[in-house]
Amino acid sequence: MRLTKYIITSPESDIMPSDIAMKIYGSNYDINVKETCFGIIINGEEEAISELLKEIRAMDPNGIFIKDRGFPPGDPRRCRGRRGGGPRPGFYMIEYESKMLPLISKALASEGETKAVVRPPKKKPLDLEKLEAIITTELS
Amino acid sequence: MAKVIVYPLTSTILADLVERMGHEALVVPTEVRKKIASTSVDSPPLNVTPDDPKKGLKWAAVDVPSGVRGRMAIVGPLIEEAEAAIIVDDPGCLTGCSGCNRTNELVTLLIRTKGIPVLETSYPTDESEAREFVCKIRTFLEGLK
Repeated sequence: MRLTKYIITSPESDIMPSDIAMKIYGSNYDINVKETCFGIIINGEEEAISELLKEIRAMDPNGIFIKDRGFPPGDPRRCRGRRGGGPRPGFYMIEYESKMLPLISKALASEGETKAVVRPPKKKPLDLEKLEAIITTELS
Repeated sequence: MAKVIVYPLTSTILADLVERMGHEALVVPTEVRKKIASTSVDSPPLNVTPDDPKKGLKWAAVDVPSGVRGRMAIVGPLIEEAEAAIIVDDPGCLTGCSGCNRTNELVTLLIRTKGIPVLETSYPTDESEAREFVCKIRTFLEGLK
């Protein structure tokens, strides 16, 4: 079965989408590649894709994020070139999450040294009886 | 390996973390792939075929808008397949011209009432929250093994 995957690089990663594309061009796998502004889209047979993804992830384990895509790259039913331009459906979610990718990358990188996160306890709303007592003392 | 449904259903971060930690992420693109490989969808972005609102009746009543039922025809099978779930509360990116808040509400309700382990969290806004976010998800997913 042919799969399509997005490979999205964190904006702070040293790896560029073109680096990943060059690695795939240099590999022996029969895979279609499309470069985009946020990463690349790859399409190929399931076995080849799963092997290749391990190699790609190893380029920057914490800065490369992978997810599935339904339509193959350049599919006329999705491609903006055939639809008169405009944002691609689904880009908004990638754009929204790409702002968070540097934070997630840092969190993944520091996982070994993660200490218990100490957060100040959330403030609870004032107890009704205490509020009544305050009002009584203030107004008396 | 557990099948983990993530919400938002198209989240890169959640799908990646689930796959990274050795589980299978249940996401919408896998269902869309099956759909486009098996049936002809000629008029994007209208990927709903006339049969989908009928399939959606399994999860939503007949008086529910056909858009919700059509979406449920794709999302419903994922919920049925799920063995665990990660829900990000109020992501703020799922409504708008291409989203459907009623479907989102129904999806989260069905996940919460299914009786599977559910992790509810929110997207991080700073480094410490990001660490907590990743740590929570790792702990949750390790508990599923």
